[in-house]
Amino acid sequence: MAGPHKWDGTISGLDFCEAARTFSQRWKEVNPTLTHWVWIPRPMISGSAIGEGVGYLSLENMCHQRSTEDLVVSECCTADEEQSVDCATLAQNDNRGIHFYDYHILYNFSYNVPVLYFRGYQYDGQPLPLERVKEDFPPHSSSILKESRWTFLTTEDHPFLRRPWHMLHPCGTRDWMKLLFSSSHLSKSEAVRQYLPSWLSVVGQVVGFNLPLAIHEGLSSSPVTNWMQPS
Amino acid sequence: MEICSEEAVKYVWEGAIPLQIHLHESEVTTLPPPAPVLVLGYRIGYLPLLIPQIKPHFDSTLPPGVDTVWFDYKGVPLKWYIPTGVLFDLLCPEPERPWNLTVHFRGYPGELLTPCDGEEAVKWSFINSLKEAAYIINGNCKSIMNMSQADQYELWQSVLNGTLENYSRVVPRLKLGVLREDCKMRSISRSQQVTGETNDSLPNQTGRIPVRLYIRNVEDIDDLEGIGALDSWEKISYINRPVENHDEGGLFTLRRAMESLLPELFGPSSPSPGNQRRKTKLDAAAGEPPEAAQQETHTAQVARIRLIRVQGIVPGWDTPFAWVVNNLSHPDFFLHVCVLVSASQGSH
Repeated sequence: MAGPHKWDGTISGLDFCEAARTFSQRWKEVNPTLTHWVWIPRPMISGSAIGEGVGYLSLENMCHQRSTEDLVVSECCTADEEQSVDCATLAQNDNRGIHFYDYHILYNFSYNVPVLYFRGYQYDGQPLPLERVKEDFPPHSSSILKESRWTFLTTEDHPFLRRPWHMLHPCGTRDWMKLLFSSSHLSKSEAVRQYLPSWLSVVGQVVGFNLPLAIHEGLSSSPVTNWMQPS
Repeated sequence: MEICSEEAVKYVWEGAIPLQIHLHESEVTTLPPPAPVLVLGYRIGYLPLLIPQIKPHFDSTLPPGVDTVWFDYKGVPLKWYIPTGVLFDLLCPEPERPWNLTVHFRGYPGELLTPCDGEEAVKWSFINSLKEAAYIINGNCKSIMNMSQADQYELWQSVLNGTLENYSRVVPRLKLGVLREDCKMRSISRSQQVTGETNDSLPNQTGRIPVRLYIRNVEDIDDLEGIGALDSWEKISYINRPVENHDEGGLFTLRRAMESLLPELFGPSSPSPGNQRRKTKLDAAAGEPPEAAQQETHTAQVARIRLIRVQGIVPGWDTPFAWVVNNLSHPDFFLHVCVLVSASQGSH
């Protein structure tokens, strides 16, 4: 990434690994009690050590509970037994409304951008089809998708897990990331640090994944705080 | 050497796998059970596209319900978006003729297979691959997005029916050109050049080449026939990364291309590109393992390549990569490569 005026909105594979490390660390600092983003290393050839450094970010068991009026993301639920007590309490009140979500952030070598893969489950572990998942999205999600045409939802094989996962197609990401960063004047290292929080703020709006605003604070002139309204 | 061989491309498009399709026993409701049906599956085609030929044979025996069609080979559900030829090369190291597959019309395994409602889903998947290839080659998908309805229709029909002539007519409008021998640039091929055009290269090229690797871990035994059937897709690693030629001079061979994607499989003392052993014909015999894997290396190699197959062919390692790409790519402009890998015996 030469300078902001030459940057095309993409990020290299190596920079993605660096950005992932920074992001998961920052997330932990800002949300010490929440589920953490974890880096999952995956060798290029399973069962070998070939292609070290390759992997993806994972955040699992994020709890979505439908309240009567609005979609509320309960951040209490983790796979950790200690904290699952909160979920159990919620469950007693309204078992049917609880869905769990797993989010993975992978790097795409064709489009040179990150991609969000996600899966939803019922309380009993049954996976949710895409149509049902869409019902959990925030109300403005479908209008974002229609308006900007920068991405679409699809179900494809997870490149590492080789099973169907839902994803937001990456073909438009480069263009809107370029736009997002266009008014910032960041050094390369700063841009790499801010890439994932900025990217996830936008992508999160579609799937109802909320980033705490604090994740952008302390970062000099974050493209997101410059550009977008806090939701 | 001719980098584009019409003969080779024709050979690839005519390639087909003889399939013997059995209806799964749980779906047979009549006695005697229906006989399996013999179908020819184009290498460049996809299994769901064969359903119109298969279904009539089993219609009268199916239990009541809605059709959700899927195939399996020895119990493993087959991923429908992978071209038939690639599935065969990957799952049958020792070719099985005819290839015995089981068809199901009920009980779609949604945990393992992405949804597929038939031709539309396959077409959509194909067009998306083509867009991705265009993006890799040109840095944007414009030429595909801007295709006219008529062109899109003709393109898809040519893939559906395996008609190379029709495909070749539409391809120039995709503005993807052919790869030059140096593997760094692409140009409009001779037959596609507009008369009087002096500059025959395409603008905005990235120098990247679309490649999909399917890597299967197999037992470290000498005889291919002894390799057990695949029991899970988790044993297959999928690498979707473009190849780029960063070499300064020297011929960019298939070996150099594979080495750039999987350096650890070639060891630190792989032969230099100067080792000339060109092949001008397709090498259809059992493949020669790369010399590097059999050499003594200073550091232990964790795995070695047993076999590499593209369009059912085992190309010589020194084949110019541009030849492989231009003649053995799939209609979606991706080169699909099957690689069988074994953990090496002992240490060096």
